[in-house]
Amino acid sequence: MVVSDVYLHSLSQSKTPTKAKTFPLALSLFLSLSFLSPPTLFSWSVSANSPSKDITHKLKKAMQHLTARRVAGLLSRRGVAAFSSSGVKMASHGHGGVTEQTDMSVPLYWDRLDTPLPDRPYKDTLSDADKSLKQKEKGPWNSLSKEEKLALYRLTFNETYAEMKKPTGEWKTVLGGIFFFIGFTGLVVLWQRYYVYPPHPRTLDDEWQAMQVKRMLDMRVNPVEGFSAKWDYEKGQWK
Amino acid sequence: MISSAVLRGIGSLARTRTAFTAPLAVRCYSHAKVETDEEFDSRWVTYFSKPDLDTWELRKGMNTLIGYDLVPEPKILDSALRACRRLNDLASAIRILEAVKDKSGPHKEIYPYVIQELRPTLQELGISTPEELGIHKV
Repeated sequence: MVVSDVYLHSLSQSKTPTKAKTFPLALSLFLSLSFLSPPTLFSWSVSANSPSKDITHKLKKAMQHLTARRVAGLLSRRGVAAFSSSGVKMASHGHGGVTEQTDMSVPLYWDRLDTPLPDRPYKDTLSDADKSLKQKEKGPWNSLSKEEKLALYRLTFNETYAEMKKPTGEWKTVLGGIFFFIGFTGLVVLWQRYYVYPPHPRTLDDEWQAMQVKRMLDMRVNPVEGFSAKWDYEKGQWK
Repeated sequence: MISSAVLRGIGSLARTRTAFTAPLAVRCYSHAKVETDEEFDSRWVTYFSKPDLDTWELRKGMNTLIGYDLVPEPKILDSALRACRRLNDLASAIRILEAVKDKSGPHKEIYPYVIQELRPTLQELGISTPEELGIHKV
């Protein structure tokens, strides 16, 4: 724990940090603990020899086992995922919520503008009515009514081209999201103005500024073409 | 590439004393023959005219044709629609017409022309256009 101790020590030595500064420090501290502790512990177990350090050594060993088990658990899960042949996506919370992935080894159906005829028809399992319609399709198509033709189309295809090209209204979600986050940022900025910024310097007050202007005019600052040149000294007003 | 052109140029200079062909005038275009539009069309008409065309070949041909940067000529589409008839697939025939309309993009005059040219075939085979079935709109 040498690294983390030094870090804490340096923290306490520095000026009291503002609220805004502590979060990244806390995060980096946590990360340093989780990633640096196993290697540092391993290096100590090799060097520790004297009997006086027995108790601390046992403590370190215990922590080493704990962290090693955690690391081993992570590694084994990653290994299983790498070698799995089912192609199932690794869900973050284990076996319960695994999303179903399409089986790419069989002919697929798709609705695509640039590829009009997919590998298989949309409806594979036909009812008896559908089957008889399919039989009728083998005869002259002039004998089919409009509804039958439409039914045949819908058996083979899911969406028509018009339905594929239908506008989604996604832009509303995008624009709404943009405005929402801009608004949220505005709130954050507002909070910052009242809780983070230090008080205004007094030199920005109106009274002070007025006195400053008077002093500058009395000093004749830039009297030829600049500041004082714009002041009418006879009338006591700006030109 | 440039060096071979220069060598060729120098070679020609060595052979002909009077003709001064500049080496740089030899262009490096590919020597493959460019297919004319008529050859392209007839190739595709022949493809779809195969009597024992199967469903895979129809789909493959149609998807490839739609992948090209062009709207197929009515005669190619006529051949494809007849292939659909041989395969007893009315839905694909209507889908092909939809695809042609989509391929025309902003050029709205192409699709009515194609339908007008295909009208005798459509009537003969009994294929309804998407407009007649009402699926041209959502």
